[in-house]
Amino acid sequence: MTQPLLNIENLHVTFSTRRGPVEAVRGVSLSLAEGETLGIVGESGSGKSVTGFAVTRLLESAGRISAGRITFRDREITKMTSAGLREMHGSAMAMIFQNPRGALNPIRAIGQQIADAIMAHRKISADDARGEALELLRAVKIRDPEKRMAAYPHELSGGMCQRVMIAMAISSNPALLIADEPTTGLDVTTQKVVMDLLAQIAADRGMATILITHDLGLSARYCRRVVVMEQGRLVEEAEALTLFHSPQHPYTKRLVAASPTATSRVEDLVTGDENLLAALPAAPLPTPPHGTPPLLEVRDLVKRFDDGTVGLKTFSMVLAAGESVGLVGESGSGKSTTSRMICRLLDQSEGSINFNGESISHIPARDFHRAPQRKDIQIVFQDPNDSLNPRFTAFDCIAHPLMRLAGMRNGDALRARVRECAHRVGLPADLLERFPHQLSGGQKARIGIARAIACRPRLLVLDEPTAALDVSVQAVVLQLLDKLRREDGLAFLFVSHDLNVVRMMCQRTIVLRNGEIVEQGESHALFDNPQTDYTRELVDAVPNIELIEAAVAG
Amino acid sequence: MSSATLQHAAFILRGNPITAVAAAGSTLLILVGLFAPWLAPYDPIASDVANALQAPSAAHWAGTDQLGRDVFSRIIVATQLDLTIALSAVGISFVLGAVIGALCGYTGGRLDRSVGRFVDVLMAFPLFVLAMAMVAALGNRVENIVIATAIINLPFYIRFARAEVNVRRNLGWVEAARASGESHVSVVLRFLLPNVLPAMVVQMSLNLGWAIINAAGLSFIGLGVKPPTPEWGIMVAEGARFISTGKWWLVAFPGLALMLAVLCFNLLGDGLRDILDPRQRT
Amino acid sequence: MKLASTAKRAARRFASSLPALFGVLVFTFLLMRVLPGDPAVFFASGPNAGKEEIETIRKQMGLDKPVPQQLVLYLYDVGRGNLGRSLMTGQNVTKDLKERLPASLELTFSALLIALVSAIPLGILAALRPGSLIDHGVRLFCALGVCVPTFVSGLLLIYVFYYLLGIAPDPTGRVDIFMTLPPSHTGFLLIDFLIAGDFEGWWAAFKQLILPACTMALFVIAPLARITRASMLASLGSDFVRTARSVGLSWWRIVVTYALRNAILPVITIAGIVFSTMLGANVLVEKVFSWPGVASYALDALLSSDYAPVQGFVLLMAFVFVIVNLVVDVLYGIADPRISIG
Repeated sequence: MTQPLLNIENLHVTFSTRRGPVEAVRGVSLSLAEGETLGIVGESGSGKSVTGFAVTRLLESAGRISAGRITFRDREITKMTSAGLREMHGSAMAMIFQNPRGALNPIRAIGQQIADAIMAHRKISADDARGEALELLRAVKIRDPEKRMAAYPHELSGGMCQRVMIAMAISSNPALLIADEPTTGLDVTTQKVVMDLLAQIAADRGMATILITHDLGLSARYCRRVVVMEQGRLVEEAEALTLFHSPQHPYTKRLVAASPTATSRVEDLVTGDENLLAALPAAPLPTPPHGTPPLLEVRDLVKRFDDGTVGLKTFSMVLAAGESVGLVGESGSGKSTTSRMICRLLDQSEGSINFNGESISHIPARDFHRAPQRKDIQIVFQDPNDSLNPRFTAFDCIAHPLMRLAGMRNGDALRARVRECAHRVGLPADLLERFPHQLSGGQKARIGIARAIACRPRLLVLDEPTAALDVSVQAVVLQLLDKLRREDGLAFLFVSHDLNVVRMMCQRTIVLRNGEIVEQGESHALFDNPQTDYTRELVDAVPNIELIEAAVAG
Repeated sequence: MSSATLQHAAFILRGNPITAVAAAGSTLLILVGLFAPWLAPYDPIASDVANALQAPSAAHWAGTDQLGRDVFSRIIVATQLDLTIALSAVGISFVLGAVIGALCGYTGGRLDRSVGRFVDVLMAFPLFVLAMAMVAALGNRVENIVIATAIINLPFYIRFARAEVNVRRNLGWVEAARASGESHVSVVLRFLLPNVLPAMVVQMSLNLGWAIINAAGLSFIGLGVKPPTPEWGIMVAEGARFISTGKWWLVAFPGLALMLAVLCFNLLGDGLRDILDPRQRT
Repeated sequence: MKLASTAKRAARRFASSLPALFGVLVFTFLLMRVLPGDPAVFFASGPNAGKEEIETIRKQMGLDKPVPQQLVLYLYDVGRGNLGRSLMTGQNVTKDLKERLPASLELTFSALLIALVSAIPLGILAALRPGSLIDHGVRLFCALGVCVPTFVSGLLLIYVFYYLLGIAPDPTGRVDIFMTLPPSHTGFLLIDFLIAGDFEGWWAAFKQLILPACTMALFVIAPLARITRASMLASLGSDFVRTARSVGLSWWRIVVTYALRNAILPVITIAGIVFSTMLGANVLVEKVFSWPGVASYALDALLSSDYAPVQGFVLLMAFVFVIVNLVVDVLYGIADPRISIG
């Protein structure tokens, strides 16, 4: 074998923080051949991004490479001067970042920014550079490139900004592209377009690529080889498919199990003793006595905002007691607006909502806190960091609805009830006295769930309950939710952008787009055999392992 | 609870020596203000013409003024008045601003717009000029200095509280409070305001210095406080007549007192802000 | 195209500041109403005016009419530029203000220039080397700068440069009273002396101006340097600067074209607020240096209970400030493409 393009030997990166030095990367070694594609996968805090930034020497000022060697071709990056680095950046290796809009200069036209990147490495006239920039915009398939040359980042969508970023990165034909979570925060269909483009460009130009991501499926789809990192260490390295089918390291095993795929069941997400559902029998949907009204019946719901925009064009649905329905859509589809109206946190413009046969849509959202149904309809919020009052302890958070809605007073009964709720969501009782900032994301998510189920509601609206969590935490939380649903006969309205999660958690699914229902039906049937182009596009965009295998086999 | 809070504060101050010094300084200032009459070595208004315009000495640490009054004693006694004016002005605008701003930020809509208009009009004036005009209109009295300073501060508190509440009003825990059965009013008063208050207290501390300078400026130009009342601004104004003949202490010492007071409150505010939100550290 | 959109934006901003300006007028009117004493008395020939004379003036001024009607009359008068008559000078207030405004503006603009020229480089230097000696120096200076009131620093500067060192001239007025003034073109002495080619006069006027201008500048350098440093730091640590580094742009390009141009945006905004502070500080500085500007005029009037000039002055300041805000806004719109679209 010839000399590798990139070689990392025993890399250590240390950050100086207020509480002393913290080692973010602890002895990573890996190498990459010319033109190869490598995925670095890990959860938050695994050191995967830091490794990427160390390779390009773009670490923020608090971080430094404390040991190890990085060589690129025959040059030692770890010993380069700032002039050498400047010459290397862009021309030898380039980076693509998360949050593409923030990564572009907000007050400089994008054509100019690309031209800047070109002129940094070649002595050509500004006009020629602009000409090349235009070609690059064409290469990244931006429509109307002549017009877009003068556009500013805020005038472009996130996906477009990422393409501009790609154009900048490849402007001086580097041999190595490092993409750090390039599609996190983008919609799934946009993610596919951007990743396909990136993969194609890299292949056409023979660039080696390192894809840093938290998404196992994404890395498997776009990388030949994948390394898994955990807490600053590299735990496993293998061909993508091998890694999926026969993970060796315990951490990888857990990670693979926790990553939802098109066929995974919520029972299998967690391995070993921590599995909450192993001992629980699958709950058949209780058949309600004939003639009982559905738990929730929504008719022709419309939401127009004060500024004239339409949040929801029309929406109807029915939800039986104990049933779980998924609401799927990309950003701007109106799924959050819908869930908030059903929760009576937001007034509808038109339409009716009946709960248990009684209208609740005539009660304005501002007065609904006094309605008897308030305790029956509860909600779990997306970001666990924002969903707990910073000045409340975990105990206060869970006790609050009990005091307001169940009329409990401070005392032993309340304490016992809060403890019981905490126990049900698997929150150790000794954490109840802590404040949110002293808890982890998963613990905060559990408190949010405990708060929502404290008053024994009948309908739980889940607004992207795991979107902000790492997959392994997500797996546990999903199991927990499913367990609670089975035990209490809860009905779920599960709002999510993640098709695999919805498929697992919900019997039926409703697909929303631009404030309208595109398609609805039984979850597995809907995803296995979509009837509309949009749903098919959504399903295809999800980087599923099975599809990749099919592609490889085919 | 209080002992734990105190312990926590002590722990934080140990890590922020400048803030600790500023906190000590501010406390000292307030104590001096409270006990001024007992601390001043001389009667601040008793004139002694034989000893007029003496340079600082062992007997008169900060010298004597044109009427032979002890400048040091006058500075000490003035602390009371200057701090009272600044604290009450800032207190008034703090309370009004927090409530009005929080309501505006939470509800939006018509209330928000009309309050916004009012704030715009106030902000269209250079603030010191506005204060001047108001004191002139309301009458040349100390209470009116307080009112004028409070009113020109009000826009900042309203805007600050409004912005702080506005970013939080759609956060999960606020909606969760409503889902747990709280009305809008109690969400604002019992949930949002307590969360916004720490940041506003920091703002208040930063604002105190400004209020002191402002009030002293008004009395420097002859509004509000009347001689012979000891007050820092008026002392500087009286000393100004003698600066061209080199009697520096008449200006320098009351000026120094002003500066130290403002510095203490500013540093305290900066320190509190850093403790509250380390990201904003500048 | 850019120019047209900027002009359109300026027009729109001006239109949107009209309600505020109207509010200002009503506010000053109300202030005038609650002023102690009877306005008619001030407009009468003198303190000894007879009862009938005052009564006639009341009628003339419309003070016997209901308040809304008086407001209309007042707006009409202001619209014609009639701000009443000053007791002190016996002149029309508009005329008095017009004579004195250049002195105030010359002082304020010089101070702003000094402040910007010193604060922005200081802020940038501090941000480029965070934690260095320069940085600590700048931060110390900022912390101290906002604590010294202008009336104290002005007097101390007089003590040092006039009394101790004898470099500065007698700190009263814009020029020596024996000096021949140049023919007035702009009303700004530094410019008028230059036009007249009188360099000796220019130097004299400059020496008079420098101390008050520095006094005023000292007070605002701190906030300007502070915001420059903070926004430059934020800008240097931003994602787009990291991108610029990742494609190998030169140091100069990164610091100036990418970081600084972005960092200057908040500075523009703060400069508007700083200008407002300076208009207020004018009152104090003009008093300390006996500067014959509008502020000291209004102050003298205020202390002798002559309210028409005070009212005129407050209106004028609000008007100047609205215009300054407009300019700031237009500048901001030019500097930030995100604004001109919305």
